[in-house]
Amino acid sequence: MSTTLIEITSKQRNSNSWEEPFFINMGPQHPSTHGVLRLVLELEGETIVHCDPRIGYLHRGVEKLAENLNYNQTVVLSDRLDYIASAANNVAFCLAFEKLFGLEVPRRAKLLRTIVGEMARISSHLLWLATHALDIGAMTVFLYCFRDREWLLNIFEKICGARLTHSYVRVGGVRLDFTQEIIDELYKFTEEFPNRILEYETLIDVNRIWLKRTIDIAVVTAEKAINLGLTGPVLRGSGVPYDVRKFRPYDAYSEVEFEVPVGERGDTYDRYKVRMKELRQSNWIIRQCLDKLAETKGEPVLAEGAPDLLIPEKIKEPEPKPHPKKGFIFTGKEVDVVPPGEAFASIESPKGELAVYVVSDGSNKPWRLRIRTPSFVHISAIPELSRGYMIADLIAIIGTLDVVLGDCDR
Amino acid sequence: MGIEKSTIEIAPKIRQIPGTPVIISPLDEIFNWARASSLWPMTFGLACCAIEMMATGASHFDLDRFGIIFRATPRQADCIIVAGTVTKKMAPAVKRVYEQMPEPKYVIAMGSCACSGGIFRTYSTVQGVDEFLPVDVYIPGCPPRPEALIYGLLKLQEKIRKERGRWGFWR
Repeated sequence: MSTTLIEITSKQRNSNSWEEPFFINMGPQHPSTHGVLRLVLELEGETIVHCDPRIGYLHRGVEKLAENLNYNQTVVLSDRLDYIASAANNVAFCLAFEKLFGLEVPRRAKLLRTIVGEMARISSHLLWLATHALDIGAMTVFLYCFRDREWLLNIFEKICGARLTHSYVRVGGVRLDFTQEIIDELYKFTEEFPNRILEYETLIDVNRIWLKRTIDIAVVTAEKAINLGLTGPVLRGSGVPYDVRKFRPYDAYSEVEFEVPVGERGDTYDRYKVRMKELRQSNWIIRQCLDKLAETKGEPVLAEGAPDLLIPEKIKEPEPKPHPKKGFIFTGKEVDVVPPGEAFASIESPKGELAVYVVSDGSNKPWRLRIRTPSFVHISAIPELSRGYMIADLIAIIGTLDVVLGDCDR
Repeated sequence: MGIEKSTIEIAPKIRQIPGTPVIISPLDEIFNWARASSLWPMTFGLACCAIEMMATGASHFDLDRFGIIFRATPRQADCIIVAGTVTKKMAPAVKRVYEQMPEPKYVIAMGSCACSGGIFRTYSTVQGVDEFLPVDVYIPGCPPRPEALIYGLLKLQEKIRKERGRWGFWR
């Protein structure tokens, strides 16, 4: 379908004309493509005429692998999709599976899920700010962000024992309850964190280089953003107040108050502002949930009838039948673990709308699992956004879309 | 007047004549000393482990204090940290980057996926980076903690200090 790089370079070598477009290959090994994204650029001087993203360098076959693992094991796979905010992925998977199993999650578990989801959002946005600023040339922000992210990861470690791949959320609730130590630590964090946000903003909010590199770069109008299928902070930066947490509230989002920040112009600076405001909102949500946790102290965190971690293939239902000699025998009639059918759930992950569609045939494994990830859609928007900008701006565009290749390639 | 009396040992088997910029040492030792003390790894973030690799280099764990500074280009790097899942599509690129590095070069396989394929036993994943690269240090974990990566790098330094004639006699 498309020409290979060798063909492109040989064509370039043979051509003597300067008027012909110049091709350059960016990635898959590039420090600022956030992983293994490869972009084939068609240039005119330094201006991008066309940008062709080549994905699939991190395709690990998660959807196929999920067909051979049971529902609880599939949640573990979801950690490795968007590995910066694994808790959000866990929630999306579990919501879909719970619809399939017909489980109602206890209120305390819902609050705990909301807390870890928002913690994941904060840690994802901090990493985004760190790498985006580093790519544009602000090294200090990177070090500041990682300092605070480390604090958050330490809390995660106290919660579930893992720093990055949590698998804290499970089908029917959460794995463990919070201890008092964690709650105290989180209170301390939420009290301190707004000051930290102010610190970052002092560094880059009115920084002349930052303004030059972000204002009027990759402008997306509201209509164009909707047409491209953008979601999350990228869409809200263009002024569309779409947030799954408000439109289809899941977990405890209907109980808490928060605002959906929107931008005006839809450029890179507006998206930066939206994410900074979201950090404050997430902090505020965590604070409210912590207050509500005190009301539900001692309540269970796992729904009744939640499946065991090792889900059997078929459940054997004993049917007592009278037998002349042995009294009763059990003809083990096999019953489906889950009712056959399909379920769909979508959440507001830090990158955008993450949706999971699962089809069940009654066994303990998903018959088909489909994941709609925000990064995949956002990468498809890069050609549209980068047309007419310089190569240096492309770095800012990749940064502002906040793509994660594990999320994109699956 | 023995060599022990008139010189000071500044590193194992490397002696300096006090007050002068003169060092007396076997050639092997001084090369290994230099190589181990400023090990510049290449940032080669492939997947989840890259985030932990970044955390190791950032403010809290601070790899700079070991003389380890990340370089973004293979031409100036001493070792490559393969951090993450290597897919069959990515493997040629990893190999090419390794070939672009100047000798002496070392490979660290970070994470279960780079060690053995990890949980991704699928059609698209290479089952361990050692299928096409000579790995010096394996760091298991999914992902390994930053402390584990630091331990792996220290182990590599230990290995480099013990080397004898590995890279040929031309050096």
